[in-house]
Amino acid sequence: MYLQKYYDSTIGKVVKPMSSASDKVKIARKVSRPTALEYINHIFTGFIELHGDRNFKDDKAVVGGIAYLNETPVTVIGIQKGHTTEENIERNFGSPHPEGYRKALRLMKQAEKFKRPIITFVNTSGAYCGVGAEERGQGEAIARNLFEMANLKVPIISVIIGEGGSGGALALAVADRVWMLENSVYSILSPEGFASILWRDSSRAKEAAELMKITAENLLEMGVIDKVIKEAAGGAQNDFSFTANLLKTRLENEISELTSKDIQTLLKERYDRFRKFGDFTE
Amino acid sequence: MNLFKKKPLPEKTEKAKKTDSKSTPAVPDGMCVKCSGCGKTVYKKELGENKICPECFHYFRIGAKERVKMTADKNTFEEFDKTMHALNPLNYPEYEEKIKSMQEKTGINDAVLSGKCKIGGQETVLCVMDAGFIMGSMGSVVGEKITRAFEYATENKLPIIIFTASGGARMQEGIVSLMQMAKVSAAAAKHSQAGLLYVTVLTDPTTGGVTASFAMLGDIILSEPKALIGFAGRRVIEQTIKQKLPDEFQSAEFLLEHGFVDKIVERECLPNVLTEILRFHNRKGRETNE
Repeated sequence: MYLQKYYDSTIGKVVKPMSSASDKVKIARKVSRPTALEYINHIFTGFIELHGDRNFKDDKAVVGGIAYLNETPVTVIGIQKGHTTEENIERNFGSPHPEGYRKALRLMKQAEKFKRPIITFVNTSGAYCGVGAEERGQGEAIARNLFEMANLKVPIISVIIGEGGSGGALALAVADRVWMLENSVYSILSPEGFASILWRDSSRAKEAAELMKITAENLLEMGVIDKVIKEAAGGAQNDFSFTANLLKTRLENEISELTSKDIQTLLKERYDRFRKFGDFTE
Repeated sequence: MNLFKKKPLPEKTEKAKKTDSKSTPAVPDGMCVKCSGCGKTVYKKELGENKICPECFHYFRIGAKERVKMTADKNTFEEFDKTMHALNPLNYPEYEEKIKSMQEKTGINDAVLSGKCKIGGQETVLCVMDAGFIMGSMGSVVGEKITRAFEYATENKLPIIIFTASGGARMQEGIVSLMQMAKVSAAAAKHSQAGLLYVTVLTDPTTGGVTASFAMLGDIILSEPKALIGFAGRRVIEQTIKQKLPDEFQSAEFLLEHGFVDKIVERECLPNVLTEILRFHNRKGRETNE
């Protein structure tokens, strides 16, 4: 009783239990939320960043390269946001252009050639909507990644570390395992966009968030993701190494399990993983 | 995304003409129809079987059944998965009722018609989307029907042709709709690996999650003239960049210029062009009569 009172007046005050979907949206979008590069630098060693799509330019909203997970060489790719306005402008607020997805595909093809497992970190409100993005085929770039990732002959694990916004997130998440951090969200569209399209009223975003089934818990239940990685109360920024260490251990175990499978089995299971989605009767 | 753009009601009056000259073209049941290209009211029978405005050559949108009739050889279309029916994964209010009323209106079970047929005497799998069914949006049924069509084509070593017409993902099914993009793309990849031909025909409108999956994955990508094709909706882009976009932005011609469409084909020429393309890729190198 005393302890409960003490908790309420101290920690409980600062760290309210966050459970509703719209609270998770807020945490997922926090500027203090750890970014892809932070996870990459914490979990892996010897990271060498590789740039450019060999076609148009280097999209700074997508980072990627080679690194070691313990002793195992892997390819890592992430969608990068910033912590400050300046960083966010440089990273285009984590909204990739087509060349970002094409850079990711180039690095994934490279990983396939050298038989390196691939780990992606997804954190985007969506692929960028703009003139250049349309001119250079945003739709084609995303489609190509979905098409190619379905058959990449190396294990792929995707981790949604913040926002998993629509096709722009899926373009890095056609994987053997898809995981989410506890306070991440993954959805067809932002709750604001959903409310705006279906109800012509973006102010009903909170209501949309609850309806859309976008939390890690909901999506685990639906089989859209395979694992939820715990975060400190209030979000991963409150204890970064707790989440990052946990994620590292999980990745080590899973990569060794996936690499032990023969490629045909792996590809068949990946196909079946996505083949099962659909809610219909006949 | 223009998921719920209103359609013009049948028999628009002269007064209505001015107010919604930009609205979605469709062929209503009345004697006269208003062309959304030139705004003129024309006799329905003057449109002809290809549904083209006699005044300005604007293409009216056509439903899936009509498109099949225009494309497949007579009496050769065998429909797949006629009875598949969407459920409601998000328990979205009134979604079941919406589906039911759309089924009654369009006579198809969801926003795509799939099956096999002959075009110019050659066997092919054919899928046709219908923009009249919740804006041709892709949910579980659309995703499943197209995936099965790809799997059937792969198994039977057949080419596949898909006519796209869609505002994108079916919002009412949430994340399940997003997953359809991965599901269909993976099935397309298997078909491709088997060395088989996939042709997409982009029609007005092709946007969002359909553009960002199977629409852009054809070995050959055709389009009807002036079709709207893009990833993001025009309104969304204008809001993002805070500028007006030029009219031809995201048109078939714009995509051709930027290298994302192989060829723009006039509606009346499509059956012949498809026949030619099928013939080029016929494994026996000749027509399979009958």
